Amino acid sequence: MKPIWTIAKRELAAYFTSPVAYVFLVIFLLLTGFFTFTAGNFFERGEASLAAFFGWHPWLYLVLVPAVGMRVWAEERRSGTIELLLTMPVATWQAILAKFLASWIFLALALLLTFPAIVTVNILGDPDNGIIAAGYIGSFLLAGAYLAIACMTSAMTRNQVVAFILAVVVCLFLVLAGFNPVTDLMVRWASPAVVDTVAAFSVVTHYDAFQRGVIDSRDLLFFLSVIGFALFATGVIIRGHRSG
Amino acid sequence: MIRIENLVKTFGPKRAVDGVSFNVERGEVLGFLGPNGAGKSTTMRMITGFMPPTSGKVTVGGHDVAESPLEAKRLIGYLPESAASYADMTVRGFLNFAAELRGLRGDARRRAVERVIELCFLRGVVRQSIDTLSKGYRQRTCLAQALIHDPEVLVMDEPTEGLDPNQKHELRNLIRRLGESKAIVFSTHILEEVDAACTRAIIIDRGKIVANGTPEELRSMSALAGAVTLSAHGANAEKLSSVGRVEDLGGAFRIYPREKSDASALAQAVVDLVAAEGWKVEGMYSERGELDEVFRRITLPDTAK
Repeated sequence: MKPIWTIAKRELAAYFTSPVAYVFLVIFLLLTGFFTFTAGNFFERGEASLAAFFGWHPWLYLVLVPAVGMRVWAEERRSGTIELLLTMPVATWQAILAKFLASWIFLALALLLTFPAIVTVNILGDPDNGIIAAGYIGSFLLAGAYLAIACMTSAMTRNQVVAFILAVVVCLFLVLAGFNPVTDLMVRWASPAVVDTVAAFSVVTHYDAFQRGVIDSRDLLFFLSVIGFALFATGVIIRGHRSG
Repeated sequence: MIRIENLVKTFGPKRAVDGVSFNVERGEVLGFLGPNGAGKSTTMRMITGFMPPTSGKVTVGGHDVAESPLEAKRLIGYLPESAASYADMTVRGFLNFAAELRGLRGDARRRAVERVIELCFLRGVVRQSIDTLSKGYRQRTCLAQALIHDPEVLVMDEPTEGLDPNQKHELRNLIRRLGESKAIVFSTHILEEVDAACTRAIIIDRGKIVANGTPEELRSMSALAGAVTLSAHGANAEKLSSVGRVEDLGGAFRIYPREKSDASALAQAVVDLVAAEGWKVEGMYSERGELDEVFRRITLPDTAK
């Protein structure tokens, strides 16, 4: 456990010693604000909920989370520090998990800084704070799933831009598989069973349940499996590089 | 401490390391020589557990690197090629990080960090971030990291690369001093370093060990070894050829022994001849052989072996 904490601490500190963290936080908060209050018609909805806020997260994260995750392994490989890290008495899985957790904690911090949205909705009306809490949990898990995928693509290349684009593409697929306009199109030529199966792989399908205030163990399991699978794949990719 | 048996590493069709075996004991400093791309770095990466070998076995302190990597890695301090380190950290922050990963906590960690700061002359830059450091300081910071847990085995990939002559000198002294109590392997392509710091040297070429011995033994493989160079007033090649094969250097003569085994007797024979002929000697010395020449001869593919 200790090496995981040591590495995670270093990774978190690395975000804040460069301007990356601050730029990210500012952009994230500006965009969530814009999407919630302007594009999401927060006021016109006339309901005391954060649906306008959470509804945009799968799209917002699509760009922002890969931006956080792209450097995780690509930078280690580019600068050669991966050799230093993996010759320390640390198991590869510990390093992978530590780096993932550090970035996830950073994303959690960004998410926590959206608390004015909760305050606003509570002042204006009488929302169901249980649903809001479930929404935050769903949003956090969604960010984790994207992040794990970004870690995986980051391990594939020493070029951060390539890692970013790959992550966006993979995440986009996970969104579109359950996005209504896409499923509606698919229904025309595929059997409902196929459409449902594909949609079951989508983060949107599972994310929506949380926004309704339902914390289902199947949805929880889905996000944790995506994270688990992507991190496992990261390990395989890193092992592949070292084997040559 | 380090045992390497029949180590092989292939990258696609290329055999980067091809059946390398050697041992390094405590108290030994092994210089790992070879032209660029000979397989030095790859071998070191396999010793430190960064790369798994295609076949063969590495054990460090009795621990198989493939089977119990963590136990083996605990014993090793490693300075990777080009001294990679986290550029965004300060020197002290980086050393604290390395110490913590090595399992040092609290007071033990503080003492270890102070010790390597002194040892590697980093006192003046501890607060600086690594990306603002010069190449020499960066190299020393990474070396400090490798020494932080006072490892029994030290593996360094081109440790003197990018250092100025004074720093090189200091580092070689440090290596020699550390070598008294540790098993050290370092790679280099600077031959004078072998003389300055090693107790033994291995020359590797295209993945294979082509020479293994003390610097003295390697040097004696030189064609020059045992030859006598004489510059004396009145000397002539004709007379000298009675004691050995003579080469005219213009103003001086170099006399080679006819057989390697005659080398020790040659100098005496030349002295006797000079005395008998009454030549006025201006200079005379016995050649030890040059590592450069040995290195070139065994690693250049087109010169005959």
